[in-house]
Amino acid sequence: MELALTWLLIIAFIIIMYILLDGFTLGVGLLFPFVKHDSDRDIMVTTVLPVWDGNETWLVFAGAALYGAFPLAFSTLFPIWYLPVMLLIFGLLLRGIAFEFRLKAYQTRYIWDWCLFGGSLMAVIAQGLIIGSFVNGFQFDPQTSEPVANQWISWFGIFCSMALVVAYALLGSARLIKKTSGILQEKFYTISAKLQWLLMLAVLFVGIYSPKESKLQMSYWFDLQHSPWVFLFLVVMVSLFIVHAIALKRRIENLPFLSLVLIFILAYLALVTSGLPYIVPNQITFMQAKADDGALLFMLVGAAILIPILLFYTAYAYKIFGGKTSEKIGY
Amino acid sequence: MFNALDLSRIQFAFTVSFHILFPAFSIGLAMFLSVMEGLWLKTRNPIYYQVIRFWTKVFALTFGMGVVSGIVMEFQLGTNWAGFTKQIGSVLGPLFVYEVLSAFFIEAGFIGIMLFGWNKVGPKLHYLATLLVTIGTTISAYWIMSANSWMQHPVGYEIVDGKFITTDWMAVVFNPYTLPRFIHMLLAAYLATSFVIISISAYYLLNDKFVEFARKCLSSAIIVVMILIPIQIYIGDESGLHVHEAQPIKTAAIEGIWDTQKGAPLLLLAWPSNEEQRNLFEIGIPYGAALINTHKLDGELQGLKSVEPQDQPEVWVVFYAFRIMVGIGLLMLLYVIVALWMLLKNKLYESRTMLIISKYMAPTGFMAIITGWFTAEIGRQPWAVYGLIRTRDAVANVSMHDVLISLLLMIIVYGIIFGVFYFYFLDKTIKKGPADFDSVEPFYFLRGAQPDQEGGK
Repeated sequence: MELALTWLLIIAFIIIMYILLDGFTLGVGLLFPFVKHDSDRDIMVTTVLPVWDGNETWLVFAGAALYGAFPLAFSTLFPIWYLPVMLLIFGLLLRGIAFEFRLKAYQTRYIWDWCLFGGSLMAVIAQGLIIGSFVNGFQFDPQTSEPVANQWISWFGIFCSMALVVAYALLGSARLIKKTSGILQEKFYTISAKLQWLLMLAVLFVGIYSPKESKLQMSYWFDLQHSPWVFLFLVVMVSLFIVHAIALKRRIENLPFLSLVLIFILAYLALVTSGLPYIVPNQITFMQAKADDGALLFMLVGAAILIPILLFYTAYAYKIFGGKTSEKIGY
Repeated sequence: MFNALDLSRIQFAFTVSFHILFPAFSIGLAMFLSVMEGLWLKTRNPIYYQVIRFWTKVFALTFGMGVVSGIVMEFQLGTNWAGFTKQIGSVLGPLFVYEVLSAFFIEAGFIGIMLFGWNKVGPKLHYLATLLVTIGTTISAYWIMSANSWMQHPVGYEIVDGKFITTDWMAVVFNPYTLPRFIHMLLAAYLATSFVIISISAYYLLNDKFVEFARKCLSSAIIVVMILIPIQIYIGDESGLHVHEAQPIKTAAIEGIWDTQKGAPLLLLAWPSNEEQRNLFEIGIPYGAALINTHKLDGELQGLKSVEPQDQPEVWVVFYAFRIMVGIGLLMLLYVIVALWMLLKNKLYESRTMLIISKYMAPTGFMAIITGWFTAEIGRQPWAVYGLIRTRDAVANVSMHDVLISLLLMIIVYGIIFGVFYFYFLDKTIKKGPADFDSVEPFYFLRGAQPDQEGGK
């Protein structure tokens, strides 16, 4: 029990690290159509160039950890998500090669700018569909106990995708406010100011359109008998949005990113705790899906030693490339 | 008509064959860059600086391709091979977790400094970043080889309720099968990389461009190949002994031997037919196969017919893949003996013929890597895990159409990206050459100034 729970927590941590780190990276890609000048786009890309690979590695880590710690979940979820996972992979593939090729291209640069935007968009849409179907829960054929076909797509999933596009774009914009200065920074303040309203709307819509049984449903939010935690959660969430709005208005450059990170973490906590103890919604609990204790323990030894170390040197790499970005880099 | 199994196999073979080229090249280039940067720091000879800056560009391009094509591999294990994952996820999964923790994060954490950090950090820290990236790529290869070796030669497990549970992790991680295969793969990566370096340097010399730079690269790579190729042939032979011990049927397919026999001949050419369970024709050297695989003239080799036809691999693929790999190895040996002799006689740089041959050696190493893996992987069929899990039971319950869509997309996207643009940009980088770095000092403080704080603090 403890080992499986520990790994569930570790995987939850890995996924939120991915969402935050690749979230702003994907967000930078999503903002490309709003920034026209080549030199400005160069700066946008430069802010993420030294770190995008590391950010994406958290997704690889999440996959490997789920594979090792909950093989039954991995092997049940991924065939159901076949097409969105392929979309995610292709999106990340296009974005990754766009980062590399853009540096070397002159005449073909517009292709890679489109790949960077299109790849990011594909990846985010795929993640939204995956989240949507996860919240919806899966249906299994009672006779064969095989999952019903094509349940990766739904209106709710499409809506989640749109919400996630807004959320990541806003996170990317907040990151760019932190990393740029002058006219370009002003531009991202303006973009953020508009996107924040869209995000608030999106959060409301998710609340309204979540499935009836889900704890993300708005009726659950205001049902105080469930727990005072839900109420507290709402108060904190609203306060964070207010802080974010004020930070944008007063031009406090570090605060929008920080408040958005907290909003993401809260929303994520609501999402993951709403399904517990299931790891495959309504079907398989994490205890049923877990690997044998020997494997969990073997992995835990490595994770306990290496995760703190890698957090340390990742932070160090961020520090080296910290501060404002004012010109493009190359090699 | 194809089914989801066939398509999934094609998709996996296609994506993994593309993928392996990039990590192999990255592993080799990272090691080359580590050595060259070390030499530069020691001698401060500007030619070494040109060498590292130029090859870093090629490395960056290649490394990026490896990262993006690698993600495909991982998720396919779930999307296409769920049956496999369900049974052995808790055996192989921890190896992947260790790979991510001990290799991918190190690479990702320091690649930024290695590529973009020239004006941000000092030379020692930069060199440390280069070394760590090199170590990361090498460790990553070890974990993948240990996972694959377990599929070839499963150890340290028991089966509980149809699931594999590891009883001895030390046995899995330090599988005796892994070490020679890991060294074989590393050397293959170094050799493939060396021949790309040889080829591009020869191209420069033929066009009379960057002559000093090209001579340095060419001579270094030839010396490296001269040292490595005999070791590689020896290690390959060692691996052959292991294969014969653990997977006698794979050895039988490699040698095209249908009947169990002592003193089996080494077939140079043959046409093995799975349908007729014999070779339609064959030309061989007596006792050759016995000598190679057992190191004894009258050593016994188990024949393919000792198992049911459905338990045999597609023999002709394994047979010829292996011969291409070995043939390339011997070609490399021949090339390097001639090239080294000409280098010592000061004739190499003047001989257009030899330079043209050198130029066309570029793909040889990669062809050997691909055919070597074909031998290992197709030779293991019909098993996903040798003797335990059949490939057809490993496939996920996905629809044929979904796999068809993803496979077609992959062929298009991979073809365009890796097949066209990677070479386009590689070509562009090569044409430009190391010219940018003629007289530039990398670290600002070497000129007496502080490191660039523009982007810092």
